[in-house]
Amino acid sequence: MDGTNLPETATITLDVNGVDHEITVDTRSSLLDVLREHLDLIGAKKGCDHGQCGACTVLVDGRRINACLQLAVALHGSSITTVEGLADGDGLHPIQRAFIEHDAFQCGYCTPGQLCSAVGVLAEAAAGWPSVVTQDLSATPALDGDEIRERMSGNLCRCGAYVNIVAAIGEVAE
Amino acid sequence: MRPFVYERAEEARSAVAAVADRPDAMYLGGGTNLVDLMRLGVAEPARLVDVSRLPYDTVGVRPDGALRIGAAVRNSDLAAHPAVRRAHPLLAQALLAGASGQVRNMATVGGNLLQRTRCAYFQDITKPCNKRNPGSGCPAREGDHRNLAIIGHSEACVATHPSDMAVALAALDAVVHLEGRDGPRTLPLTELYRLPGDDPRRDTVLDPADLITEVTVPALSFGGRSHYRKVRDRASFAFAVVSVAAALDVAGGVVRDCRIAFGAIAPVPWRARRAEEALRGAPATEDAFAAAARAELGQARPLRDNAFKVPLARNLLVRTLTELVVA
Ligand SMILES: Cc1cc2nc3c(=O)[nH]c(=O)nc-3n(C[C@H](O)[C@H](O)[C@H](O)COP(=O)(O)OP(=O)(O)OC[C@H]3O[C@@H](n4cnc5c(N)ncnc54)[C@H](O)[C@@H]3O)c2cc1C
Ligand code: SF4
Ligand code: FES
Ligand code: FES
Repeated sequence: MDGTNLPETATITLDVNGVDHEITVDTRSSLLDVLREHLDLIGAKKGCDHGQCGACTVLVDGRRINACLQLAVALHGSSITTVEGLADGDGLHPIQRAFIEHDAFQCGYCTPGQLCSAVGVLAEAAAGWPSVVTQDLSATPALDGDEIRERMSGNLCRCGAYVNIVAAIGEVAE
Repeated sequence: MRPFVYERAEEARSAVAAVADRPDAMYLGGGTNLVDLMRLGVAEPARLVDVSRLPYDTVGVRPDGALRIGAAVRNSDLAAHPAVRRAHPLLAQALLAGASGQVRNMATVGGNLLQRTRCAYFQDITKPCNKRNPGSGCPAREGDHRNLAIIGHSEACVATHPSDMAVALAALDAVVHLEGRDGPRTLPLTELYRLPGDDPRRDTVLDPADLITEVTVPALSFGGRSHYRKVRDRASFAFAVVSVAAALDVAGGVVRDCRIAFGAIAPVPWRARRAEEALRGAPATEDAFAAAARAELGQARPLRDNAFKVPLARNLLVRTLTELVVA
C-alpha cells in the first residue's frame, strides 16, 4: 500500500550518520522505530519505550536524547548520530576504545545507549553545563566520579557494569 | 496509538487557531510526556500541533534583572544559562534534579509546566480514575498512594503534580504568558494550577487552545541565597517524594524575607505562604523554621500510607533553611 498521501503519514528528510535519507513515515513512528525498522540501524535498542532506561539514546544535532520518546516526524531536517556513526571509518571513537579497555559491558544491550550518552555528557561538560551534584553553579565542573554517575543516571545497565562505565568515561574526560 | 495528523507551527496565532478549531487537537512540545501518554492510550489526540520550533526559544535578562524564558527553551538549556545559575540557583537545581540528561534535552518549559501526574492508575487505562475518566472512581485513595498528596487533595483525586521546575517557579513568583482564543494574556504561575475539588479532570485553568509562549521570573534581591532540595527513592533519575524550593533573606539573625514552595505533596506546586508569613520578622533559628513548617503543614491530611511525608517535608524545610543561613 502506498501511504504517501494519507494525512497520518509524512515524508521527512533526515541526515543519519552523514547520509541523507528521505523517508515516508507513519506520524506515530518514533525515531527509534524509524532507525531500526526503516534504516536497519539496530544499534540503538528498545529497552522500555518510555524514556526510563536510556538504551535508545542517540544524538540529534549533537545532543543526546531518548529516541523512543521522539516522534520521527518532528525531526524533519535534523542530523542524527547513532552508535553506528561514532567511529571514524575503522578507527573507533575514543569512548568506544575506553569501553573496551575498561571492560565496560557484559551482555552489551545497554552499550550503544551508554556510548551515545557518554558522548553527549562529554560535550555538555565541555560546554560548562552543571549537574545537580555540582557544588558551585558558577564554576566549570570537572567530570569526577560523582559527576559522571549523576550525568549518566538516565542509562541503566541490567548487568551492573557501572563501575567500569564510570572509569571508561573518566579516562576520556581527562 | 491512535493515528494523528502532525503539523509544525510557524507562529503562535496560527498554532492557536489550529487547536481552537478542533477539540481533538493538542500542542506538542518535546513529547516526553505526551508521546508516552499517547503510547499508553491515556491521551488520544487526532492532530498534533508542534510548538517546539516556535521562536520562543531564548532566555533573556531584562534591564531590571527579570528573566524572560521562552516556552520552547529546553530544560537543559535553561538550567545551564548563566543568569539562571547566578541569580536563581534554585531554578537551575530544580531543573537539574528532574528526569535524565536525555529527557532534559528534549523537554520544553511549556511542556514541563503542563506534564500530567505520575499516579499509576492515571497511566493505566484498564483502571478507574476520576482524572482520566470522570466518575469512575479513585482507586489510589484505598490503593497505592504512598507518593501521592497530603495537602490540597480531594475526595475525588489525591494525585500530585510531578514537576520539579514548577516548584522553583512557584516560589519565584513566575508569571506565565499565554496566547489564547482572545489574544495574549498573563497569569501568575500559582494561579495556573487548580485544586481537584470534585472535578479533577483539568490540572490547570487553561483552555485547550491556550498556548504558553513565555515565562517571566521577576528579579529577587536574595535569589542568590536559594536552594532546591529533592528527596527521592533513589539518588538520581526519580520523581520527588518531597521537595522544597526556598530563598532566604537574613539580616542580623532575623528573617527579613523568604520564598518557599513544596513539591510532590499536593496536586499543584505548593507555595507555602503560611510558612513565609510565620517567618517574616522571626529569628533565623531552627525552632522558628520548625514553627513555620508547622504553620503550613498543619493543614495536611495525609492518607493511610503517606503520613511520613509530613515530618519529611518539615525536616526538609528546616534543614534547607538552616543551610541557607550558613551559606
Ligand atoms: C523517564 C522520565 C523521568 C522523568 N522524571 C522527571 C522528574 O524527576 N522531574 C520532573 O519534573 N519531570 C520529570 N519527567 C517529566 C518531564 O520533565 C516532562 O515529560 C517534560 O518536562 C515535558 O515537557 P515536553 O516538552 O516534553 O512536553 P510534551 O510531552 O510535549 O507536552 C506535555 C503537555 O504540555 C502541552 N504543551 C506542550 N507545550 C505547550 C505549550 N507551549 N503551550 C501549551 N501546552 C503545551 C502538551 O499538549 C501536553 O499536554 C520525567 C519524564 C520521563 C519520561
Ligand atoms: S489520584 Fe487522581 S489520578 Fe490517581 S487514580 Fe485517583 S483520580 Fe486518578
Ligand atoms: S527504550 Fe528509550 S529510554 Fe528505554
Ligand atoms: S552490559 Fe548488559 S545491560 Fe549493560
